[in-house]
Amino acid sequence: MKYLCLIYDEEAKWAKMTQDEGAKMNTEYGVFTGDIQKSGHLVGANRLQPSSTATTVRSRGGKVSTTDGPYAETKEQLAGYYLIEAKDLNDAVQVAARIPSAKYGAIEVRPIHAM
Amino acid sequence: MREIVDRIYRDDSRRVLATLIRLFGDFDIAEEALHDAFVAALERWPIEGVPVNPRTWLVSAGRFKAIDQLRRRAAFDERLPEIERQLTELTENEPVIAESGDIADDRLRLVFTCCHPALSTDAQVALTLHTIGGLTTEEIAHAFLVGAPTLAQRIVRAKNKIRDAKIPYEIPDANDLPERLDAVLATLYLIFNEGYSATFGATVTRADLCGEAIRLGHLLVELLPEPEAIGLLAMMLLHDSRRAARTNPLGELIVLDEQDRSLWNREQIREGQQLTERALRSRRVGPYAIQAAIAAVHSEAKSASETDWAQIVVLYDLLLNMNPSPVVELNRAAAVAMKDGPAHGLDLINALLARGELANYHLAHSARADLLRRLNRTAESLTAYATALELTTQEPERRFIERRMASLKH
Repeated sequence: MKYLCLIYDEEAKWAKMTQDEGAKMNTEYGVFTGDIQKSGHLVGANRLQPSSTATTVRSRGGKVSTTDGPYAETKEQLAGYYLIEAKDLNDAVQVAARIPSAKYGAIEVRPIHAM
Repeated sequence: MREIVDRIYRDDSRRVLATLIRLFGDFDIAEEALHDAFVAALERWPIEGVPVNPRTWLVSAGRFKAIDQLRRRAAFDERLPEIERQLTELTENEPVIAESGDIADDRLRLVFTCCHPALSTDAQVALTLHTIGGLTTEEIAHAFLVGAPTLAQRIVRAKNKIRDAKIPYEIPDANDLPERLDAVLATLYLIFNEGYSATFGATVTRADLCGEAIRLGHLLVELLPEPEAIGLLAMMLLHDSRRAARTNPLGELIVLDEQDRSLWNREQIREGQQLTERALRSRRVGPYAIQAAIAAVHSEAKSASETDWAQIVVLYDLLLNMNPSPVVELNRAAAVAMKDGPAHGLDLINALLARGELANYHLAHSARADLLRRLNRTAESLTAYATALELTTQEPERRFIERRMASLKH
């Protein structure tokens, strides 16, 4: 069963990180990603550009409108995701809890709809 | 035959359901299979006789019925691959339906699944009462003062989440167990209370629900002898020990200080007291152990007047310290009234009611009425009883208040 782990964190915090802190975070992510690759959980993962680069698109009656910014303005922003393969929700939650950002922000775990 | 099947439904349908859910991994299919299994029992048992082990018979009948259902559905349903997977699992894996620990474990699996932290508390409670307690959505809705459609929707959503997010049907491992236990205890306590002071219908207690909560409590203590699990079980036993004394043959409610204590179940009291001591000795004393201790003090007393009320007030103080709640304050006020006199208790209850939280709680008004009665303030007492009467929905409570009012008018 596949789950998408959506990483929410405060971009403002990330922006204030020193170079050392940033490097340390990158290392943590590298180790974590390697670990879940080995354990067979990893399907895919990406870090996103900050929400200031987001564009929201709608199509209504054939007319496309685009607006600057993310779909919802919130205190914490979508920063990236892991797509994982897990036995069940407990297994997925255990993986999500180890995502380095879980210590600072929050991870939303969503099952993938089987087509 | 109808009666035999009804009795088995009452006693065993939840156990059968728990096992069917494990076999199908789907609450709805399991519920349908349970229903079909009992229909089959009504058809076949009159001819073939009641099987030696009805529960195993029902599980296996339910399994075959579900396979039929799934095959029929597979012809129409677009979720074909999922159904086929379920079918293969069902037909290939011969299920373990031994009479031993497995079926008991299924019930515990069901408890932990229904109380999974990924479900909201409301959903946990509703689902547990519905699937394990076997209460109807109306009964649960009534107990929690929400509309029946809202509650039905809550249950549907919870089942869908269990299925779609794949919440596992398992007993958590040792690491997660303590953390998962709290939710389970809260839910068991609610089931017990539902049985102890049934919110619907004409009888005060529903022994099967209390017995069920106690049985699951025993199972939990065996699996995880945590002080609070022990404390909860002790409290349930000590409260349940008074069951026979709580109502007269007409089903009318008898309050603690007027109960015939010789009717109390000594065996449950002995076990409850031992468990209370065990929980208190752990030195990790929680709210359930304290409440068990309060019930244990009552269980030791020959009469209401010979009760160690000072100790009960101290225990309520401890409980309030851990767990501030207006209902606990109300109980403490009643104990203070016994220790220091009704006027002291009345002051506390008046102050509590003035805060507004308990304004619609019938027991606050009937407790106040009782103290006014003891102070011979008859007119005020009658007014307070009338308020309590308006607020209560339990038939035995109503009759009890009406009796009190009638005796005051003479």
